[in-house]
Amino acid sequence: MYRLIAALCLFCLPAAAAQEEVVLGLSQDRVSITADFDGSEILIFGAVKREAPIPEGPPLEVVVTVAGPSEPVIVRRKERKFGIWVNADSIEVDSAPSFYAVATSAPFHDSLTNTEDLRYKISVERAIRSVGADMNVEGAQDFAAAVIRIRENEGLYSILEDTVAVDEQTLFRTSIQMPADLTEGDYAARIFLTRGGKVVSTFETSIDVRKVGLERFLYNMSRQQPIWYGLMSLVIAIAAGWGASTVFRLLREN
Amino acid sequence: MQIYLPIAEVSVNAFLLLGLGGMVGILSGMFGVGGGFLMTPLLFFIGIPPAVAVATEANQIVASSFSGVLAHFRRRTVDLKMGTVLLLGGLTGAALGVVVFNYLKSLGQVDLLVRLCYVVFLGVIGSLMFVESLNAIRKTRKGATPAKRRQRGWIHALPFKMRFRTSGLYISVIPPLVVGLLVGVLSAIMGVGGGFIMVPAMIYLLGMPTKVVVGTSLFQIIFVTAFTTMLHATTNFTVDVVLAVLLLVGGVIGAQIGTVIGAKLPAEQLRVMLAALVLAVCIKLGLDLLLQPTELYSLGTAGGH
Repeated sequence: MYRLIAALCLFCLPAAAAQEEVVLGLSQDRVSITADFDGSEILIFGAVKREAPIPEGPPLEVVVTVAGPSEPVIVRRKERKFGIWVNADSIEVDSAPSFYAVATSAPFHDSLTNTEDLRYKISVERAIRSVGADMNVEGAQDFAAAVIRIRENEGLYSILEDTVAVDEQTLFRTSIQMPADLTEGDYAARIFLTRGGKVVSTFETSIDVRKVGLERFLYNMSRQQPIWYGLMSLVIAIAAGWGASTVFRLLREN
Repeated sequence: MQIYLPIAEVSVNAFLLLGLGGMVGILSGMFGVGGGFLMTPLLFFIGIPPAVAVATEANQIVASSFSGVLAHFRRRTVDLKMGTVLLLGGLTGAALGVVVFNYLKSLGQVDLLVRLCYVVFLGVIGSLMFVESLNAIRKTRKGATPAKRRQRGWIHALPFKMRFRTSGLYISVIPPLVVGLLVGVLSAIMGVGGGFIMVPAMIYLLGMPTKVVVGTSLFQIIFVTAFTTMLHATTNFTVDVVLAVLLLVGGVIGAQIGTVIGAKLPAEQLRVMLAALVLAVCIKLGLDLLLQPTELYSLGTAGGH
């Protein structure tokens, strides 16, 4: 027993060595997608725990990211051939999050240096990975940029500068709006504390986004009993068709 | 009221879907077309993923066609015998069409081919019908009796003749089988019931009376689309039953209204209207191919469409 406590203390030491740590609160750590799901706002708040007085120098900045599950995406570009617009080149982006939001307490580049951004993959551009980009395709960079542009227009990617409120370099809070078109999965919420553009502490937690109730039932059924699901759809269709026909006949007869 | 669709994984306005279903249902009842060639592009437009739109649309067509065909049964305007022959060809064609579709998909560019298919078929059928029915209207206005379409050509020289009493025809089973087969192939590739091809084919190739055509077309569409729904549900898991219910509630009501309107309008006018509609969709799709799109890039899931 004592040995266990001793071991735990040893593990705690490196953590204690960090000067500033995040103590985090979330308004909700799960998002339930119900039939009338219409987006959700998540309040992310917390405090900075420190053993020593607030260090001198540049003020503390806070960067919060929320990322949906990543998936490979095929990006196609249209070109004019024989007078009509057809898909010509395509590139597979290895992994792009289905949702991505970055909130910062100052303008993005004041909060974070490029090196740190590259290291922690914080901005949307860095969060998308396209190592396998085909170099034979002209303008391969444009394809990754297109992913960001299209998803920004759909409200799936966003950079929210100056939206994290920081009080006394200790308390911080922000809210992130999640759109109605969410996909299921574990959404990673990351909090970075930075000073002078350098990351001094990080914290990560996950938000569980799940379909519940009827949505869950139908989704599972369509994957696990596709034949019954298909038959059920047909029965509903035929019953609705018959029902409407009967109702209208009765209405006309009366 | 926003509704989250469990399979499509998007959130859409329930009333918008009910309205779309209703509008397309009216057309379906009036013309005996499933309405898929209108609804599928509309669903793309409101942001439903194409694979889900195509599969769910098949399920919705089952409902609106069933609702429509019952009204036609009561008026005895369904040629069951002809329907069954067309259906035999149709099911074979649909199975073949899925094979062709998957082959095209492996070549890439399936999107373009589907669009070209739409433009070519809608264009040709639309213009033929438009010209023919305008001529028919002009003739009736002049007071002359409309010319009976009695093709005494090679179609009547074929063997395996059968009597189709409801249609008043005595022709070989080969032309209806081939028509059913071709429409089945096309409907699997284009993701529609195929009524807009079937209806003119029955009128102009088989020489069936317009009043019987609509009911018979609806009758065989039910089975072809039910077959397609099952194929999509078991292989691609893309049938969204919530989306289907919203569309079909609007659709079945619309189909009933459409059948009533259709019964009151003269057959020639009905054909001109269907032709105009077909041409309008064709022009819209054609322009999409010819004009420079505002967004040159498009996203797709890896391995999917």
